[in-house]
Amino acid sequence: MERIPVLKIGDMLLVSIQVDLEDQSAVQLQEDLAERIVATGAHGVIIDITGLEIVDSFIGRMLASIASISRVLDAQTVVVGMRPAVAITLVELGLSLRGVRTALDVERGMQLLKRDRPARTTDLNGGGAAAGVPAGERPAFHSGPPAGGPP
Amino acid sequence: MTSPVRPDAAAALAGSGAEAAKVQPIKSDEDVVRVRQLVRTLAVAARLSLVDQTKLVTAASELARNTLVHGGGGEAQVELVNKGLRAGVRATFVDDGQGIADIELALTDGYTTGRGLGLGLSGARRLVDGFELDSKPGGGTRVMIVKWAR
Repeated sequence: MERIPVLKIGDMLLVSIQVDLEDQSAVQLQEDLAERIVATGAHGVIIDITGLEIVDSFIGRMLASIASISRVLDAQTVVVGMRPAVAITLVELGLSLRGVRTALDVERGMQLLKRDRPARTTDLNGGGAAAGVPAGERPAFHSGPPAGGPP
Repeated sequence: MTSPVRPDAAAALAGSGAEAAKVQPIKSDEDVVRVRQLVRTLAVAARLSLVDQTKLVTAASELARNTLVHGGGGEAQVELVNKGLRAGVRATFVDDGQGIADIELALTDGYTTGRGLGLGLSGARRLVDGFELDSKPGGGTRVMIVKWAR
């Protein structure tokens, strides 16, 4: 079984899957990532799947659970680099990857995470005050993407 | 990779076998990956478009995993087939496992007995041009899929 390396860049973790992924490697990656998020205090995880020729239901489920696990550990996950043919196949397969954020490439994924993080902090600080205010009346700095968790 | 000649493999409903089927045993996770690679190689040889290659390989991956997880292992027989001038790839997944009690139910989106999402069989069927499932409780399972070049 091949182990997928997890790299730390600033306060983000980067995983680039370059091999044809075995199920067991995917499960291992899930565990490795959870440990590294806690060990490093990373707030963002980027999973680059440029190298993946297919994403079937197992790998899709693995990506979704990595996103959920990171969220619970206070980190956002962005899956980047999905090939067009993989996207088409995934949707036809019936997998929408709901709850998984995506970006076209690593750079855009990083921008997404950086943009989110300040909004997140603001939300946490002002969360109590904003809770009772209808979405439309909230100050502009609260109207960014949700801080995580379902809307 | 072994490629023994299987005289019985050529006879089926979806065209005639252009050459002997290549057989890949499915006994481990690595074998599921090998099935994907074998199917990909033949899909390229049959000149399937990139999207169709991806769909076929994804379907094969789902079925190979079923063979391993639900069937307790088995094998994949993959071959090039022709229908008139059209080329295609046929993959057959065979196991001697417990079989499927209710095929209708097993083909329903979201139905699962295992660790998956219940999209394996139903999703695989959507991704290919031809799909046949033959199974009875205690009698193993045989799934055949075909994808044709456009």
